[in-house]
Amino acid sequence: MSNTVIKVDNISKYYRLGVVNTGTLKDDLRLRMAKMRGKEADFYKIGEDRSTDSDFMWALNDVSFEVKQGEVLGIVGKNGAGKSTLLKILSRVTAPTSGNIKVKGRIASLLEVGTGFHPELTGRENIFLNGAILGMSKQEIKSKFDEIVDFSGVERYIDTPVKRYSSGMYVRLAFAVAAHLEPEILIVDEVLAVGDAEFQAKCLGKMKDVSGQGRTVLFVSHSMAAVKKLCTRAIVLKKGKITLDSDVISGIEDYLNTGVGVSDEGIIPDNASSYTTGDAKFKSIVVKNKKNESTNTLYYEQAFTVELELELFRDVEKAIIDFSIGNFENRFSYTSTFEISKNPIDLKKGTYTLSIDIDPKLLPGNYNFYLGVHEMSKVSITLDMVERIKIITVLPITENNNIRYPLDVSLGNIRIDGNWKINKQL
Amino acid sequence: MRDNEHWDLVIKPKSNWLDINFADLWRYRDLILLFVRRDFVAQYKQTILGPVWHIIQPLFTTFLYAVVFGEIANLKTDGSPRPLFYLSGIIMWNFFSGCLLNTANTFIANAGIFGKIYFPRLVIPISTVISNSIRFGIQFFLLIDFLLFYIFVRDIHISITYYVLYVPILIIIMGVMGLGFGIMISSLTTKYRDIALFLGFALQLLMYLTPVIYPASLWGKYQWVMDINPMTPIIESFRHAMLGSGHFDMTGIIYSGIFSIVVFLIGAILFTRTEKTFMDTV
Repeated sequence: MSNTVIKVDNISKYYRLGVVNTGTLKDDLRLRMAKMRGKEADFYKIGEDRSTDSDFMWALNDVSFEVKQGEVLGIVGKNGAGKSTLLKILSRVTAPTSGNIKVKGRIASLLEVGTGFHPELTGRENIFLNGAILGMSKQEIKSKFDEIVDFSGVERYIDTPVKRYSSGMYVRLAFAVAAHLEPEILIVDEVLAVGDAEFQAKCLGKMKDVSGQGRTVLFVSHSMAAVKKLCTRAIVLKKGKITLDSDVISGIEDYLNTGVGVSDEGIIPDNASSYTTGDAKFKSIVVKNKKNESTNTLYYEQAFTVELELELFRDVEKAIIDFSIGNFENRFSYTSTFEISKNPIDLKKGTYTLSIDIDPKLLPGNYNFYLGVHEMSKVSITLDMVERIKIITVLPITENNNIRYPLDVSLGNIRIDGNWKINKQL
Repeated sequence: MRDNEHWDLVIKPKSNWLDINFADLWRYRDLILLFVRRDFVAQYKQTILGPVWHIIQPLFTTFLYAVVFGEIANLKTDGSPRPLFYLSGIIMWNFFSGCLLNTANTFIANAGIFGKIYFPRLVIPISTVISNSIRFGIQFFLLIDFLLFYIFVRDIHISITYYVLYVPILIIIMGVMGLGFGIMISSLTTKYRDIALFLGFALQLLMYLTPVIYPASLWGKYQWVMDINPMTPIIESFRHAMLGSGHFDMTGIIYSGIFSIVVFLIGAILFTRTEKTFMDTV
């Protein structure tokens, strides 16, 4: 007798995109003919990535894993990695194309709070309706009714139609119902945690309670902070496949490394641009320390130089080049623009090398880079843009190992030095 | 390795033809009743007359039909007083078309909920049919009031026979047929929205092919149109049982009964096939 409560076996999900069939009848027929002749249809461009084809895709491809009782499993991945699809299959909103999932115990999914709330009904009526939709019996809701109302803090308006509620009251009531659900397995989507900070904290706190009671939680997110805080294990999905299944910390590290990778020489791959007009291309990025050595790891308080190679395929008037450092939660920490340091300049067609000396006093952690080149002639046009490229790690110790960053967790991304004074009061 | 463990739930691709989980439906019975309640409460919030509309609506239609089809077109009513004749046809027809129309948009109208959470999808059409049955119940009492008025106040002789005992069966057949067509159409509309647009028109046409505003005997040599319409024996027999007009057609009722079961089964098969993956096409 094992204590496995969810067993996912070779789950795949195939989506056909576009309107009901493929785009047009003509393409439909050509695809069919090509298949009959046993080769690929000729209207795909040479070298086109079939996995991102617009007509069909495998949202999940042969995914298997098990979840044990009491585990809090984080499911991590970028947009389009298949997280939501997995969630939908687990919560039985849609069926898989192949494979099966076996579950022990009652499963409840919270992809949204307040599902089925009817604006015309009162708070009281909606508690019952929403509770029943979530799978509670009338008896169960009755016994928890006072608790729910208490938790929501809307007891004064409980007999008012919810359409007259403020949006805050509405969400609080909806969450109160969801929070009093007591399933053996809870599936939660991170979109739940939208709202103000207090509400987010409440959501996460409630989830911690649930897992503390020995129940199993599946948490889907790309908020690393939340996953780190809550989960005991993480699986990383990438293009519909599990690329990693392990303890949380390494799951997160792995997730970080799915940013746009560069080769050791810093060559940026051809398809790395998140936007480009084709008039310019960032070719390489190298981070060098003061000894002029290329590196991906920096010591705390260590200054460094970023060297970029940029090719322009035509003359560009009033060029602006920007460079940003961001952390893995996609928050920018530091931005430097060529325009701020100097006026926009006209650049001729050709390849340029740029170097930026920076001493931004990054706190320990992982960071990646954002690059952009824009033309500001008549209208401003972005010529090429690369996001989340390369990863550098800032270590919590200084180069000569004499000072250690004093805290385990970085509070923020950049250190701004303050001038401290201290006086003993008389 | 053999898997001998007990699993409460197995999620797998759509497989069986007819895969209705009755245990699951039973577990969600509270939800069914809450949906029924919601339909009633929400429908008449912020109206002055509230549920009285359930009575006003057939009364008004009866009046309209009595004027247009009775007085102006002068269609015969098999000897029954016009208001009774029209009202009995209207409430039966309304019950059928209500069950059908309100279940026909199950998937589209509830896509928001269905996309976020699981509960047996049949909960929605079942609660719709229950709501309609309650509405029918109210209107049925209206019909009885009319009957009593005509018998005692107007002193008109109306022979009520033991056929009255068949009325519940007629109502069930009507409900099953409406539900069957409704869930069938709701499944088809997830792919082809045209059907939903066509539906109102088709139902209106069907009403004129059913003896709602005229007796079945009107068609003369085109009687076969009446005979193949499974709604004919239900409404005719209902009228016979309540008003004593028309005729009671046992063979017709059996035909309608079988027809409704077939429609329901086809509907249920389509519905169970659609419910598993419709979120991908909606």
